Amino acid sequence: MFSSARAAITAALLALSIPALSLEAKAAEIEITQPWTRATPPAAKVGGGYLTLTNKGTVIDTLLGASSEIADRVEVHKMEMVDGIMKMRPVPEGLEIPAGQTAELAPGGYHLMLMGLKRPITQGERIPLTLKFEKSNPVDIELVAGPLGSSRPNGGENPSGGSSSMSHGESN
Amino acid sequence: MRGRRIGLIAAAILAVVLTVVGFTIVTGSKSTGGGPRGSGVATVGGPFTLTGVDGQAVTEKDLLGKPSAIFFGFTYCPEVCPTTLSELSALADQLGSDADKLNLVFISVDAERDGPEEMKQYLTAFDSRIIGLTGTPEQIDAAAKAFKIYYTKVLLDDGDYTMDHTASVILMDAYGKFFGTMAYEEAMSVMLAKLKRLIGEG
Repeated sequence: MFSSARAAITAALLALSIPALSLEAKAAEIEITQPWTRATPPAAKVGGGYLTLTNKGTVIDTLLGASSEIADRVEVHKMEMVDGIMKMRPVPEGLEIPAGQTAELAPGGYHLMLMGLKRPITQGERIPLTLKFEKSNPVDIELVAGPLGSSRPNGGENPSGGSSSMSHGESN
Repeated sequence: MRGRRIGLIAAAILAVVLTVVGFTIVTGSKSTGGGPRGSGVATVGGPFTLTGVDGQAVTEKDLLGKPSAIFFGFTYCPEVCPTTLSELSALADQLGSDADKLNLVFISVDAERDGPEEMKQYLTAFDSRIIGLTGTPEQIDAAAKAFKIYYTKVLLDDGDYTMDHTASVILMDAYGKFFGTMAYEEAMSVMLAKLKRLIGEG
């Protein structure tokens, strides 16, 4: 009795979600806003990538990493300041973006780490990059390069408190 | 019931004792490691020998006569180091010729990857007055210990590594005495005021 009622509800939910899912399969479920990076000093082998991801879909998705012609590899990393000590760790499990939610990759928190830079990034340049997700199709974006050391897009200066990113449960 | 209550009291007493013992160990180690003052305040600064970007030896004596703002980092650092060095460059810009009364120093904590040439190239992106220093692992370790800087090499799964390190800028006066610090993400106006005070008083 109870289980058949549950099965009926599940079937109803499934029926409702099928059209939505098939629509989203065509267009990416993840909306990307303000992708940016910053110029790197000569000889620097790493750069950061920052953007805001909004999951417009109905299921959780995970940003796994990215690829770019400018770097050997692009990984999701997390930076943390603990008692004045900068710690940075790869997040191989990726960054989860629950349905309907927004995740921010910003200085001071989660970010894309462009590793093994083949050349320095110059200010004003646009760096093509392909984001990889667990469920959504890959998304091609361009990181707009702000000035060296900028902590916000468009070369904004550090205000005072630093930026925050969405807080997730993952450890690093 | 009564037994349980006694148990709780015993646990509470044990917790207090452990806290006191733990606190004593922490403060004890701080004051013994802190040099002659014994006030619990660690002495920051001391002798070091490092290598400048042109391969020349640089010691703590070379920094005397002017106050110094010293930052430890590494060139494979994507965020804190370029940001801090950019901020120091912007501050030097704002200070104008007063910045010449200051040593701005960037010391690598990554002896393996940061040779003098890497440091030289890296620093071309920043204010030309920033002094880049590196050295052998032992020399860097000695310098970091002298300035009470924490750093450690963190191995990553793919065989690569990164460095955890203290992100503060250490301010020293012209006599090599500790003057203060500037924290990462401190407002530029606060940092500018601190450097002005360092130039004026340090």
